[in-house]
Order: sequence, then structure tokens, then C-alpha cells
Amino acid sequence: MNTLRLVSRAALVFGLAVPAVPLPAQTIAITGGTVYPVSGPKLVNATIVIEAGRIKAIGANVPVPAGATRVDATGKWITPGLIHANANAGLGVAGLNGQQEGGVQGEVNPSFNPAEGIDPAALTVPIARTGGITGGLLLPGGAFFPGQVPAVNFAGDRMDDMLVKKNAALVLDLSDNSKGAGGGSRAGTMSRIRRLFNDAQEYARRRPEFLKGNIQPLSAPAGELEALLPMLRGEEPLAIVANRRIDMANALRLKQEFKLHIVIYGAVEGWQMAKELAAAAVPVIIEPNRDIPSFDGLGARLDNGTLLREGGVEVIIAQGDPGGERNLRYAAGNAVRNGMSWDDALKAITQNPATAFGLSDYGTLERGKVANLVVWSGDPFEFSSAAEKVYIRGVETSLRTRETELRDKYRKLPPN
Amino acid sequence: MHRGFVRAASLITLGACAPARAQAPVTAPAPAPAPPAASAAPAASSDTLSFDRPQYLSTYRRRPNPPVVIRNATLITAAGQEIANASILFRDGRIVTLGAGVQPPADAQIIDGTGKFVTPGIVDTHSHLGVYAAPGTQAESDGNEATNPVTAEVWAEHSIWPQDPQIPLAIAGGVTVMQVLPGSANLIGGRSATVRLVPARTVQDMKFPGAPYGVKMACGENPKRVYQNRGPSTRMGNMAGYRAAFIAAEQYRERWDKWLKDRKGDPPARDLRNETLAEVLRGHISVQNHCYRADEMAQMLDLAKEFGFTIRSFHHAIEGYKIADLLAANGTAASVWSDWGGFKMEAFDEILENAALLTQAGARAVIHTDDPNGIQRMNQDMAKAYYAGVRAGIPLTRDQAFRWITANPAWVLGIDQWTGTLESGKMADIVLWSGDPFSVYSKAEKVWNEGWLVFDRLDLKHQYKTDFNIGQTAPGVGR
Repeated sequence: MNTLRLVSRAALVFGLAVPAVPLPAQTIAITGGTVYPVSGPKLVNATIVIEAGRIKAIGANVPVPAGATRVDATGKWITPGLIHANANAGLGVAGLNGQQEGGVQGEVNPSFNPAEGIDPAALTVPIARTGGITGGLLLPGGAFFPGQVPAVNFAGDRMDDMLVKKNAALVLDLSDNSKGAGGGSRAGTMSRIRRLFNDAQEYARRRPEFLKGNIQPLSAPAGELEALLPMLRGEEPLAIVANRRIDMANALRLKQEFKLHIVIYGAVEGWQMAKELAAAAVPVIIEPNRDIPSFDGLGARLDNGTLLREGGVEVIIAQGDPGGERNLRYAAGNAVRNGMSWDDALKAITQNPATAFGLSDYGTLERGKVANLVVWSGDPFEFSSAAEKVYIRGVETSLRTRETELRDKYRKLPPN
Repeated sequence: MHRGFVRAASLITLGACAPARAQAPVTAPAPAPAPPAASAAPAASSDTLSFDRPQYLSTYRRRPNPPVVIRNATLITAAGQEIANASILFRDGRIVTLGAGVQPPADAQIIDGTGKFVTPGIVDTHSHLGVYAAPGTQAESDGNEATNPVTAEVWAEHSIWPQDPQIPLAIAGGVTVMQVLPGSANLIGGRSATVRLVPARTVQDMKFPGAPYGVKMACGENPKRVYQNRGPSTRMGNMAGYRAAFIAAEQYRERWDKWLKDRKGDPPARDLRNETLAEVLRGHISVQNHCYRADEMAQMLDLAKEFGFTIRSFHHAIEGYKIADLLAANGTAASVWSDWGGFKMEAFDEILENAALLTQAGARAVIHTDDPNGIQRMNQDMAKAYYAGVRAGIPLTRDQAFRWITANPAWVLGIDQWTGTLESGKMADIVLWSGDPFSVYSKAEKVWNEGWLVFDRLDLKHQYKTDFNIGQTAPGVGR
């Protein structure tokens, strides 16, 4: 434990600015692999040069700089690091019941950001990396307005090292979960949202009068209204959880009325709304294996993502299966199984989430981007393939996990 | 358990139940015994039962079908072989022959299997379909009789809703048979039902003829949490609860066995709870035990020894790999997941190589689901566990891995003499896959349940809908 670390933890606690973490200086050249940059067609036998944590050069005829560490990736597949749009790794030391850090009580918490609950030592972080996941959007939990979404890299000694963007989005839940917040009806929920938004705008216009107590009481404390403002100015995406067609229609109404930048989470019946979603240029985040009907989405079907793509919607793939977020790549594989093109599925777990959440340095392998990338033994969507090397900000990360250590302990019985 | 977007603050699952585990077929499996007559009545052994009347008999009947030959396919038999460019012939609900030199009968339907794979139908040892049915309302939450820590008297089949829309989704994943269990709230949760996944109006139309009953038992966190105010509230309390129940069952069995010898005088009073447990003691009902931790599984094996029964399978068996040798020595299977773990303390030590290490130690490993979404892709869970083992350098064959979802679960359910492998004489529970079932891209294309074509991905006529699915429209979308 060094003094610097203690100082910076203290800085965090007191809300002081934390200096940007410098990128590592090492130069690496990964040669011979087949590269899927996502931003363009695949490159066979290509070289990627990483310098100071960013991609310095990429292509088939790129010279290897003198002094670079060479990594032979012959026969391997190389993709951008995967970005999970519904991540949880790092929020809590483990994924156990009772150890979560992602939510707080109450219904109107737009000022809540779970970032300070991120534990860089969380057991879930290296497990996510074994699935080739280098970054994620950490969604707060709870109903109605659960809070802000921090974007992180899954490597770093301190929360500040991991944080890419503290307020990457604000979450609003319009699903069945939030009916209670509207008094028991979706229409009530919509009316409460409009009042909150109008009050926030009123508050922004008349701050001095509010402070003097000269305006009528607002529907949320000032701090919560304040936290809505970047979203209401269109500077921060509103991530709306909506599964039913009518909920997506309501989300589009809010977008239009308040001129918002929205993305939709869930979209179980999205296939019924493809035309409208495409026309409004709203990206959607889906779980490709979600096909069990419920009253929060009777129209669930496996080819939801395929039909959304056919309708021209930008699709982002997340995963919710019990095996955890490391299985994001298999969710993409299952989207392909259900009709999506392989290229679209890869884009749906790399470039599309980066674009939707304004993470412009991430999501593709291009000159100048942050060097988050994965060297795979084969097709990343296949069970037969594994992530062999995972680079985050240009540094190779460990793929040892508590699981692999337990395996090695018990490989022979009785254990030593 | 589907997590979905935006997490609940504290998620507690009672549905998640028990672990089971499977065994490495070190030697070739025993040949299939003569199959029973189609739709045989449940095996009757009324001389030792605490009752003398038929109870809730299966009314399942096989559908007549023309003979089918699938040609030029790769067969994964789950009986020790993977055979390329082979054919399989089945008729009257039975596999007639398979291999290289199959001559199709004149009346056979011929299916070209070029590039495709044929496997046995998948068997899930751990499902709650029908008892926790979609659409998931409280009104159909019928899996846990959480009113007493011991409810051996309840039967899962009395909760199963045959119109659960999750059933056709599982069929489309190649599952032909499943064990539906009560949940894990209770120490002893009740009887399981082994059912065929077929379109049906009644659960009796789904019950697998001749399949023995199982009884659900649960270790660890769930019972002691559910009953913390009245007890048990500790693991030692759990153990005392099982022991008290079996002590009572021993006395009940003695009373009945004595009366059954000469049937003189009035029979003893019937007691449903003890009736089920007495059948466990007699070896007629198998124990299906939700149990995560290695040390607790060892306690349960000792409990079984104390009362003279065996545990057929642990379910969930997160730590099975730590005692794979003990499980092998006891002949107890372990039903496990490939990678579901870490969600509670007793699931903390989950590893990806669990099934592979169990198999290596000679224990009987099973991949199970306990999940209505997972049951749709059991081949994928199997493939994940297989490649995790291979990557760790654990010797495994593809055929051994396929046994995790076919032959081994069939053994756990006591129906392996009839299903679970591709062998002459076995029931024609068969899946034709669009490609290698170890690949994420492959789908079950056709599924035959005892010769009945219950699913055809290419023909809507063979994709049944439950009543719940009917009449749902998407205005203006046209599909």
C-alpha cells in the first residue's frame, strides 16, 4: 500500500478532482492475426501497434517499431474488447446476494451514481475479462429513476483507473416495475415523469427564486432535479427500460416532447416497433435469448434482434443468462443462431454500445482509439474458442480467477 | 432465473434447487434391457406399497408414425460412439438399427441428414416447467408448498400446468423428457414427476409410463432461511429435520409391512407424508437432493446410510468436484450447471470444470437447468462445460459430454433402460440438429418423442402452441 493510493482515496471521499490516469508507455506489436476492426472489413495477417495505451497503427503492411514487444497472433482472431451494456462486474466485491452496490432505496434517485461502490478487487472483474469483456455500462438497480450509469474499463487498481465516463446515461424504468411509481397505472407513471421533467426545467430557470422559497414546491429535491438537467438538455442519454410495445411508444413520446436522446433497454416487443424506432434513430439493447412470454412482454421471440436489424434499428446485445456477463459473446452467437449476421452481432457488443453511450475512444480497432482488444483462439462466439489475451488500455490483463485457482487446487483428490 | 434489465435490490431464488451429478462412462454402457410395451402402466409393486389402489396413472399414448430413416448424418450415440456418414431407422416408437448399412423399408420416410447431426433426445433432471409456469404471475407460482419444512405429501404433478408456454420452447431445444420438481424451500419438498414433453391437455397425458417417482430434498441456505422463525434456522437444524422425518417414516413402514404380510385386521391409517418417505426407504422412490456444498453432500450421504436409502443425484452440486471421489464411490450422480454460480454463499465456489472433473473421477455427471431459458439450450451448456474441461487438459470425449444431457440424466430418473442413448431397441427419442450440437449456431431441427414428430423447425404444422399462446396479436405488424 503506497502513500499515493491513500491520498487519492481521500481525494475521492471528499469529492476532489482526481487526476487523469496516465496511459502506459509500453509499445506492443501484435502480428499475424486476422483482425476484425468492426469499423471496416476484416484484415488478414495484420499488425496492430499499441503505443501509450492507444492503437498507433493497424493494417496489413504496418512495420513493427524497433523495441516493440512482439506478440505472435498467427491463426488467432482479434476483435475490439467487448463492451457489456448491462454490466454488473465490479459493483460489490462478489456477485453474492447482500453484496450488491448497484441500487438504493426510493423511486426518484437520478443523482445516485453507483461508481463509488466499484471495487477494483471484485472477484467478478477478472471473470468478465475471461469472456473478452473489457468495458461495461454499470446499470443501477431499482424501479423508476434508479440512477446514473457509469462506464468503466474492467482493469485498474483504483476506481478512477476503471472509470471511463462517470455519467454515461441516466436510467428511467418504464416497465411493469414502475407502475407503482405512477400510483398503479402506466398513465400515472407518465404523468409523474412529465411533472418531474417540467419541475426540473422550472428549477433550472428559477434557481434564485427556488432558493428563496418563492416558487411552489417541486416534485423532487433540488439535487434530484439538478441531476435530470444534463439529460433534459440532450447532453446525456436517457436509458429507458421498456419491454412492451406501449412502453416503447411512451418512450418515443417522451423523446419527442422533451427533445431527448434516448436508448431503450429490454425491447422485448421491439420487433413490433422496428419502423418507429428506426425512424427516431433510437438504439435498443436486447437480450437475444429472451423468448419467454410475460405480461411485461407477451410478444417475446428469439429473432427479435434480427427483425429489429431488418427494420434498420441499431441493436446492442446484452446478456442476462445465469452464467453471468462473461457469456456476452455467446449471447451474440445466439443472435446469429437466430438470424442476425455475424458482423452485426459483433458490432452489437463493441461499436454500437460505444456509440450509443458516447464512448468515442472505444468500440473499434482504429488508429488513435484506446487499445482495448482481445486475441481469441478462434471465432469468439463459439464455445470451442477462448479469449487468450485481453488488453485494456494497451496492457495485457490477467485471466486468472478465483475459479481457476479452485480448479487447480482440486484437480487431484484429495487436494494438497 | 432470468435477471433481466435493472436488477432487483436483493434477489432471492427459491426455484433454484438441487444439484445432481453424472458419471464418466469409463466402460461401455450396459446394453439396453428389453423395452416395455409402449405406454406400459407404471410398474406396480403393490405387495410393498402402503396402499392398494391405482393413483394418478399415466394416460400417455405414443402416436403412430411411419418408419423414418435419417441418412448421411453424424450420429452421437451417447453410448460410446460418434459415427459419421451413418443412418438411423426407427419405427413404432423404437430405434430399429443404426450405422453404415441401414436398408430403408419401402414405407419409410427418408430424411437427408447431410451436414446434420442426430442425437438422443435431451433429458433434464431438474425443471420447474409447469409448476412455475409463464407468464410468471403469483397465480401460477405452484412450486413450493412452503407451509412446513417437510411436505413429502405433495406431488409436483398436482401443480403442473400442461399449457405452460415454456414447454414448447423447451421442445424446440431438443428436450424430450424432464423431471419436474417441487422447489427448494423445504427440507423435503415432495414428489417429482417425470414427464414427456409432448402436447397434452392433462399432466397424466405427459407422465412417462413406468418412471419411478423421485422426492425432492434440499440442503443448506433455502430451508433455513424460509423457516428461520419457526425452525430449522441452521444447518444442524436442517439435519435434525430430515432425521425426525425418516424416524417417523421407519415406524410407519414397519406398521404397514407387518400388516401387508398377512393383511389381517384393519390396515394402518394412511399418511401421505410417511407414505412417500416409506417408499424412499423401500427403494421405490429416488432421492433428488438440492445440495451445493461438499461438506453438506457428505452429511447427506451419511444421513442416507443412517436410514438405509441411497441418494440418486445431488442437484446443483456446485462443489461436486471437491468430493468427486466420494460421489463416485457412493454411486450418487451430480447434476450441475456449466457456469452458473457465485450468486449466494453456498454457490460461491462454482468452477467451469465441475462436470469434467466429476467425469474424470468416475462419478456420474449431469448437466441440468433449473431454468426455463436454460432448458432451451442444454446442448450449449453441455458444450461450455465440455470445452472448459478440454481447455484445462481433462481427458474427455464428445460422446462422454453428450451423456451429461442424455444417458446420465436418464439414469438419474431411472429410465435409462428406455431412453438416453441411440441404440437398437431404445425408444425413438431423437433430435436432428442443423449442425454440430457443440456449436452455438446449431439448432434442433426436428424432435421425435417416442417416434412422434413433436417439433419441426421447417414446418409450422409441427410447432404446437399452448392455449396461452393463442390469440395474441401484434397490430399492424403482420407477423
